[in-house]
Amino acid sequence: MAGDASAFEPFVQSFQAKIFQYTWLTCGQREDAEEVAQETLLKVFESFDQLREPEHVRAWVFRIAKNYCLMKRRRSVYAPEREYSLDELLPSFDGERSLQIPDESEVPEDALLRGELNARIETAIRELPEIYRSVVLLRDVEELSTSDTAGILNVSEDVVKQRLHRGRLALRKALASYVEAK
Amino acid sequence: MSHQPPDHEHDHQHGKDPLCLEIFARLSEYLDGELAAEDCAGIEAHIADCPPCVEFVKQLRGSIEASHHFRVPGQPAPVDAELRERLSQAWSEALARKHQDAQQD
Ligand SMILES: [Zn+2]
Repeated sequence: MAGDASAFEPFVQSFQAKIFQYTWLTCGQREDAEEVAQETLLKVFESFDQLREPEHVRAWVFRIAKNYCLMKRRRSVYAPEREYSLDELLPSFDGERSLQIPDESEVPEDALLRGELNARIETAIRELPEIYRSVVLLRDVEELSTSDTAGILNVSEDVVKQRLHRGRLALRKALASYVEAK
Repeated sequence: MSHQPPDHEHDHQHGKDPLCLEIFARLSEYLDGELAAEDCAGIEAHIADCPPCVEFVKQLRGSIEASHHFRVPGQPAPVDAELRERLSQAWSEALARKHQDAQQD
């Protein structure tokens, strides 16, 4: 990526948007998210000559963002730190109504519906305990690999897989109960 | 396939069958294509005949898709002149260091 000066402008644009999406879901508050995104962007620009594996540039950027988010952490806005057991996340199909969210083949055309789905998933992700949110964010929202995610979070790939599964189960449950509550 | 009468003895209890629970526990690996072919085949054979599992797979896949499609509402504040200047400066310096390293190698 870091070949010459002409790469500057596109690099600012694309990474500002990506970094902000990450910090928005991680920091909890808009002003924190903005601030952390700017700090991350600056750090990325100051140190891009240290990037050793250009093919993993996104993972590298998110690792920097994660560290700034940790520094900024305001405990009060975070969901409580806790671990899910598999049992509490499994469905009880008796009372649970079906989750009416579109599958891949039918993402809603309607901007309103799309916006509503977006808002629902945002709330559900924000309410996840941090250890699950960070994994869901990197694996499912940013679609990084298990190995990149493990590297960013300093945990093993097995831990990533386990947290991802529980995080996904919790999201499914949250979305299902949202539908039920309506 | 002939139509079979309902088999109440082996009826799934709303996805609480031990086999269903075992499958629920491995669904992410299944959906991410991380299971061995024989494990996939086993899961698919069970799911084909189990409405609670079908429903659960559909829901889980739906919520994963919703994450894939998530986009942050609104744009970040545009990079202001001062930050742009610092970014540009940092970029030039990093480029210069990179160039220097390349020459030393
Ligand atoms: Zn089943």
